[in-house]
Amino acid sequence: MPSTTINPTRMELTRLKGRLKTAQRGHKLLKDKRDELMKQFMDVVRENRALRKRVEEGLMRAHGSFTVAAALMSPEMLEQSLMYPKQSVELDMTFQNIMSVDVPEYHFKTRSQDPGEVYPYGFAQTSGELDDAVDAMSQVFRDMLKLAEIEKTSQLLAEEIEKTRRRVNALEYVKIPQMEESIKYITMKLDENERANTIRLMKVKDMLLKEAIQERRSEDAKALESFAN
Amino acid sequence: MYRIAVIGDADSVLGFQALGLEVCPVNSAEEARQAIHRMARENYAILYLTEQLASQLKSDIARYQDAVTPAIILIPGKEGSLGIGMANVKSAVERAVGADIL
Repeated sequence: MPSTTINPTRMELTRLKGRLKTAQRGHKLLKDKRDELMKQFMDVVRENRALRKRVEEGLMRAHGSFTVAAALMSPEMLEQSLMYPKQSVELDMTFQNIMSVDVPEYHFKTRSQDPGEVYPYGFAQTSGELDDAVDAMSQVFRDMLKLAEIEKTSQLLAEEIEKTRRRVNALEYVKIPQMEESIKYITMKLDENERANTIRLMKVKDMLLKEAIQERRSEDAKALESFAN
Repeated sequence: MYRIAVIGDADSVLGFQALGLEVCPVNSAEEARQAIHRMARENYAILYLTEQLASQLKSDIARYQDAVTPAIILIPGKEGSLGIGMANVKSAVERAVGADIL
C-alpha cells in the first residue's frame, strides 16, 4: 500500500519512473562508496590499533623513567631542567581526500634535526635516568604524531561510513520499494480504467444495437400491417 | 601554523615539555574542560589528553570527534593506561561496521 495518496495519472507515473531510476543509480553509487570506504577504513583501523599499542607502551616506559628520575632529583631541580626546551615543533596540516572525506595529514618540523639535542639541560646536575626518560619520550613522539593523524582519520571515516550506510539502507529498504509499490498501484489503476472504459463502450454499443433492432422490428411490423390492410 | 598541546596532571605532562610541545598542566577535570574548549577555538590541531582526565570528560571529547580540528588523542597518564584509548578504536569500528569485527 502506498503510504501517501498518489494520483493515478500518467504524468505521475512518468515522474515516479524517473525518480525510481535516479534512486536506483544513487543506490548503486552509494553502495560502491560504502564498500570502498569500508576497505580504506579497515586498513586505517588496523594501523591505528598497532600504533596505539606502540605509543602506549612507549609512553609507559617514558613515564617509568620519569618516576625514577623524579625520585632521584628534587622536584624543583627537575622542573628547572625541563623548563626551557631546546627543541620545538612546527606543525603544518594538509588535507587528503579519501572518497570525499577530508582527512588531515600532519607535517611537522623540529627545530633541530639532531636527535642528541633534545636534552635541554646540562648533564652535570641531573641524573642519568632523566636522560633515559627524555630519550624515550623523543622516540615515542613521532609515533604519537602519526597516531593523531591515523586516529582522526579513522574517526572521520567511521562517521562517513555510518552516514553512507544509513543512506544505502534507506534507499534499498524504504525508498525504492515504496516507489515500486506506487508505480505498480498506478499501472494497475490505469489498466483497470482502461478495462472499465472498454466494457462501457461495449455496453453502449449493445444498447444502441438493441435500440436499432427494436426500431427495425416496429417498422417491419408497421409495414406488414399496412400491407395486410 | 597549527599548535599541539598536551593536557594532563602536572607529573604526566612534564616530560612533554622537554620535546618542545605546549603543555597545559591542570589540577581538575573542570580545568581541563575549559582548556579543551579554549584550545578548540584557537588553532590547535592536536590535543593530547591523559586517559585519567578523559574518563571524566566523555561528552566534551565526543563533541570534537567529528570535527577536523582539534584531534583529541588520549594517552596514558602517569598512573598507566585505562584502556579507554583502545576502547575508542573499537567503538569507531562498531560505529562504522555495526559490529566489532576485529
